[in-house]
Amino acid sequence: MSAEKFQNPVVRWIDHRLPVFSMLDHEKYDYPVPKNLNYMWNFGVLAGMALAIMIVTGIVLAMSYTAHVDYAFESVERIMRDVNHGWLIRYIHMNTASFFFIVVYIHILRGLYYGSYKAPRELLWILGVVIFLLMMATAFMGYVLPWGQMSFWGATVITNLFSAIPIVGDSIVTLLWGGFSVDNATLNRFFSLHYLLPFVISGVVVLHIVALHRFGSNNPIGIDASGPQDTISFHPYYTIKDMVGIAVFLLLLAMTVFFFPNAMGHPDNYIPANALQTPAHIVPEWYFLPFYAILRAVPDKLGGVLLMFGAIAVLFILPWLDKSPVRSARFRPLFRIFFWLFLIDAILLGYLGGKPAEGIYVTLSRIATAWYFLHFLVILPLLSMFETTKPLPKSISEPVLGSSGRSA
Amino acid sequence: MLKRIFAAMLACTLAGPAMAASGNVELQRRDWSFSGPFGTFDKAAMQRGFQAYREVCAGCHSLELIAFRNFADLGYNEAEIKAIAAQYDVQDGPNDDGEMFMRPGIAADRIPSPYLNENAARAGNNGALPPDLSLITKARANGPDYLFSLLAGYKEAPEGVTVPEGMHYNAAYPGNLIAMPQPLYGEDVTYSDGANNSVEAISSDLVQFLMWAAEPKMEVRKRIGVAAVFFLSIFLIFSYLAKRRIWADVH
Repeated sequence: MSAEKFQNPVVRWIDHRLPVFSMLDHEKYDYPVPKNLNYMWNFGVLAGMALAIMIVTGIVLAMSYTAHVDYAFESVERIMRDVNHGWLIRYIHMNTASFFFIVVYIHILRGLYYGSYKAPRELLWILGVVIFLLMMATAFMGYVLPWGQMSFWGATVITNLFSAIPIVGDSIVTLLWGGFSVDNATLNRFFSLHYLLPFVISGVVVLHIVALHRFGSNNPIGIDASGPQDTISFHPYYTIKDMVGIAVFLLLLAMTVFFFPNAMGHPDNYIPANALQTPAHIVPEWYFLPFYAILRAVPDKLGGVLLMFGAIAVLFILPWLDKSPVRSARFRPLFRIFFWLFLIDAILLGYLGGKPAEGIYVTLSRIATAWYFLHFLVILPLLSMFETTKPLPKSISEPVLGSSGRSA
Repeated sequence: MLKRIFAAMLACTLAGPAMAASGNVELQRRDWSFSGPFGTFDKAAMQRGFQAYREVCAGCHSLELIAFRNFADLGYNEAEIKAIAAQYDVQDGPNDDGEMFMRPGIAADRIPSPYLNENAARAGNNGALPPDLSLITKARANGPDYLFSLLAGYKEAPEGVTVPEGMHYNAAYPGNLIAMPQPLYGEDVTYSDGANNSVEAISSDLVQFLMWAAEPKMEVRKRIGVAAVFFLSIFLIFSYLAKRRIWADVH
């Protein structure tokens, strides 16, 4: 850690007083990373990159956006038409929001599959869920800003959910609206918060990384590194591996931005908001559809709201629901089956969230919602008690010699 | 290949919300010059589409987001744009006496709307509001096909369907009952280039023009897109090769 390892005298002078170079050096070379991470471990870096893209494009968009009910829609169209490359910046912002959720969903699923939420990484996981919640709030408020039909009616539906809370519900809704309906005051506060929250997310991301670096990354085998033979330095091994992931991410993002920029949006949001005309089907952005399906599966409003938030709240206590000491699904044959069933269930919920709440869709939503909670609240605790796990390898370096491993 | 997988992936995940709006709607699928990653606008068709808009649609439908200067995209030069703008009367003011006044349009003006406000538009159309057309091809699912099908979709109502007074039967409109009377019957406009002016041909020209109005930067977007995808593909190949080389001593 001494400053002598830097050749450049300026770097040495600065580092002696402000050890930023030592810090970077430490992260790059001294921070041990398990050598067996697969490409699923790219998605943390990709999420960070998506956040950076969102903040940079968002700041530029805010320079030309007008947060007023009479001008918001048109100011977005001015960005699309008259601001130099405004269409590009706006389409990048719009589509990176979707990609951010794709990346984060994969990141969460990776954590679920490989047991990354287990001791000693519970707080790391919880901070991740906090980031996810903040992302959802930010994305929701961002979608309101163009003040199209879906912006307006989405905002109306979602803010109205809070009125289900007993006693204080109506006051909370009035506070969210800044008045007695979704109107200019609502748009203004959503703009203000939409600008603020990404920086709050960045702060929690720093904590997330601090917690990560305490014990390092989990890995596909899920056992701790037993020595230097199991680890490699972050740079150059994982910097270059992340680069491959970044290239794929940017390639897919570019294809979407340049060739299908509106594929993940809803046509109704190109109609200016109209409080007197309700769209035929109010649907949120695709990344909220599973939770929207859970909300609508319950015939009672308060019950629906509680279950919807419960669907995320259950993630907070996940480390204490699944107590199996074996982390990775590779050594948990039953858990693995239920993981894939859960994934199918979540995708089914997403599909149902985009369908009208009628007939067979309601029944299916209820079954899928029940399964979602059964998975976390019943199946995982039972599995961690009764599942016979496969023997674990001795170490990361010798996964094939693991015949004498422990079992839970 | 990757693109096809990705498109299929998109189609699967997005089928839900995208299909949600469809009722009993008959869509005619057409190949548009602007479809696909290399798609471009047909300038001659857009100019004809503008003529058709002006002579058929503009009586009721505004095009608020388009300024005359934007017509450079249709292939008009500066003098032609000034001449087109000058054919319109635009309200300006207030002048030094505090009065609003009319003057001929200039290139920087937006196309004037047919009605002063929404109430006037509704009063002139049996209570129905003719929507602004600036974004219409993006504001409807499968916009270009939908718009084409709608313009060519006026039919005799099938038996058992009663069409109320002031409504019209349209096979492409959700619910099939539309307030807009049939706008095109064929030979509604006479094109100076002698192009076909059947209902289908005029509809197709209008779709070209209105797709441009909704997405005027499409051509430059796709052009940059091809370059970006090319660059990123190379970037991916080199990243992967570098990764293999660096990791060679780990396995």
